[in-house]
Amino acid sequence: MSGSCPMPETTVVTARRPPVDGAPVLSVRDLCVEFDTRDGVRPVVQDVSLDVYAGRTLAVLGESGSGKSVTARSVMGLIDPPGRITAGQVLFEGKDLVRSSAEERRLISGERIAIVFQDALSALNPVFSVGEQIAELLRTRRGLGRRAAAARAVELMARVRIPAAERRAKEYPHQFSGGMRQRAMIAMALALEPTVLIADEPTTALDVTVQAQIMDLLLDLQDETGMGMILITHDLGVVAETADTLAVMYAGRVVERGKVEDVFARPGHPYTRGLLHSIPRLDQDEVSLWAIPGSPPTVLSRVAGCAFATRCDVAVDICSTSRPELAPPDSAPPTPAHPPAARASACHRREEVLHGRI
Amino acid sequence: MAASEPVLSVDDLTRHFASRRAVLPGRPAPVVRAVDGVSFELSAGETLGIVGESGCGKTTLARMIVGLETPTSGTVRFRGADVHAARGRRLRELRRRVQIVLQDPYTSLNPRRTVRELLRQPFEIHRDLLPRKQQAARIAELVELVGLDPDHLDRYPFQFSGGQRQRIGIARALALAPDVVVCDEPVSALDVSIQAQVVNLFQRLQRELGLAYVFIAHDLSVVRHISDRVGVMYLGKLAELGSRRDVYGSPRHPYTSALLSAVPVPDPRVRGRRTRRLLDGDPPSPVDPPSGCRFRTRCWKATDECATVEPQLVGDDRHRQAFACHHPMPEQAEPATA
Ligand SMILES: Nc1ncnc2c1ncn2[C@@H]1O[C@H](COP(=O)(O)OP(=O)(O)OP(=O)(O)O)[C@@H](O)[C@H]1O
Ligand SMILES: Nc1ncnc2c1ncn2[C@@H]1O[C@H](COP(=O)(O)OP(=O)(O)OP(=O)(O)O)[C@@H](O)[C@H]1O
Ligand code: SF4
Ligand code: SF4
Ligand SMILES: [Mg+2]
Ligand SMILES: [Mg+2]
Repeated sequence: MSGSCPMPETTVVTARRPPVDGAPVLSVRDLCVEFDTRDGVRPVVQDVSLDVYAGRTLAVLGESGSGKSVTARSVMGLIDPPGRITAGQVLFEGKDLVRSSAEERRLISGERIAIVFQDALSALNPVFSVGEQIAELLRTRRGLGRRAAAARAVELMARVRIPAAERRAKEYPHQFSGGMRQRAMIAMALALEPTVLIADEPTTALDVTVQAQIMDLLLDLQDETGMGMILITHDLGVVAETADTLAVMYAGRVVERGKVEDVFARPGHPYTRGLLHSIPRLDQDEVSLWAIPGSPPTVLSRVAGCAFATRCDVAVDICSTSRPELAPPDSAPPTPAHPPAARASACHRREEVLHGRI
Repeated sequence: MAASEPVLSVDDLTRHFASRRAVLPGRPAPVVRAVDGVSFELSAGETLGIVGESGCGKTTLARMIVGLETPTSGTVRFRGADVHAARGRRLRELRRRVQIVLQDPYTSLNPRRTVRELLRQPFEIHRDLLPRKQQAARIAELVELVGLDPDHLDRYPFQFSGGQRQRIGIARALALAPDVVVCDEPVSALDVSIQAQVVNLFQRLQRELGLAYVFIAHDLSVVRHISDRVGVMYLGKLAELGSRRDVYGSPRHPYTSALLSAVPVPDPRVRGRRTRRLLDGDPPSPVDPPSGCRFRTRCWKATDECATVEPQLVGDDRHRQAFACHHPMPEQAEPATA
């Protein structure tokens, strides 16, 4: 709860940012991740490539089990047996993190690249106060003294708009509401001033009014610090309001990517198109919703054709035998600010879908 | 929708719990006012959507409507009969007519029973309803109705996806031909592409069977899509109640207005052209709700009056929406969206 003074009316405007040129700060290239299970090896992430730019947000959208979190954990170096990265690179400032030494990795992931998870309660340590946990990070990683670290922790908590930060720093995670815990997690992620922040469904468990506060906070912090962001979500509204570019995942692969405006205006993959049509909207009346039939695969296996073929409304014979490559449409205009590789779809009929011919 | 004889009426319903929190020495045990005076009516074939933030009492309300929770005070009537006063045969009859669908049927479906056994259960509880010989046919009908594969009747719940499990939960709720189905966040746990299937299923079943729904969800777009009328709850009370056209098109309670403005719009073209009202803080604890208006600690329009005088839900919600606020939002003559 906030203080006792009358509350000002707060309004925010989510602004669109100009396109970027220049090199990405973080690139994932052809990443493959497998898990050993009782039923054999599961290819959970296959040939995933992503680019993150400074000051910009890449949204990763996809259904449960599509490989979003495993991709994020791969970037953070958090894939442990029975999982393993079998191919690909994670390039950060020209260095491939997949092939770096454990020591190099430790310095980069966690400091230069930070992550915020959906479930802040299990990510925080229940036996230390929130302030102590942030201060501890600053002491071990930044060598700050006890008092300086404690003071900086309070500063960080105030910066993520935790009211009465000095008092709240002494409280324990269970004394925080869901929204406040997520702020504390963000404060901790920001403590070491990361270049890239990965937010894995940071607001999924929160109420809509609190979700709006957290997204607003993340965007403001990004404007202040210029950090690049990967925002993992399944909420198309959040993507439309906060992200610059979008990668849509299905069954472990990126099936479509591009600038958010472009993908929403003219989806180039039947799955993306189906998703965009299947959500009810506050500003439109629809008698019944468009529904993609069937359900996503629960167990991933290597399929010969397109993983979406069984649910696709425009599938043709070739779809079940040959896998479509993630490729740019022929018609994409190659402009400097928008390299052709930016817009891509993994569909045999991408041209027709993109132009609304089917 | 015309106001016919209500199939369900909820009158001043209240449920207080002894707090789970540690008790301060020398003080009486704090009370959680989970639901604190909720009233509404539901007509046959109608859908009333209920929205509100986590902990505002939606599940407690749902459980009281179907008789799984006993009210502290107030009544729930099904076609005029008091659900909580009924006993014996009469109680079983009332329970049959008002069913519930839960957020995750997985936790409520016995993992050691096949779908066939799960769907037979309701008829075993209500033995007089259907001769044993007709059960198989009725189960086949239910399976077809909700779009499950009849070849999968001998599978166990874990062998189904979330959307399919929700279909099993719905089939079970429909087994005894209820008039009212209370749906507590029935699509929240599902993937976006599955949500649309289940929402469409609810709507088709309503058309075919004339069901009335109390549809609880925190997704305001889904609630708008499926509801005829909408109730907005805040800390155990209704803040606003009315037709979806009024509530969404011209919200009068500041909380409704803030809630609607917080919903992200899935259209990048409106970005930068929309203003949003951000509320400060989280909803306060229902153990110790603010005096006067419960929303005042987050309300930008609050005055001294709001701290001392509790606003009552006034207005006939069948005419224009009812709302509980001393300083309501201006009425939009022609609601922009319906
Ligand atoms: N430790 C593990 N062992 C085996 N399989 C795993 C493990 N972790 C993840 N997986 C599998 O990898 C796949 C991708 O999981 P991931 O967590 O990346 O999905 P996600 O897209 O983040 O989904 P959600 O939206 O539900 O968070 C899933 O099929 C999951 O079952
Ligand atoms: N059996 C119980 N004993 C004590 N308190 C309870 C009990 N059941 C619910 N409560 C409390 O009552 C309040 C309302 O809970 P309820 O589950 O009805 O909310 P809800 O609106 O369904 O929330 P959510 O959106 O999280 O499902 C909460 O503060 C909750 O902690
Ligand atoms: S490749 Fe075929 S099945 Fe896959 S999305 Fe395209 S049209 Fe549909
Ligand atoms: S009664 Fe007062 S505090 Fe409550 S909603 Fe209305 S203006 Fe806000
Ligand atoms: Mg995940
Ligand atoms: Mg609930």
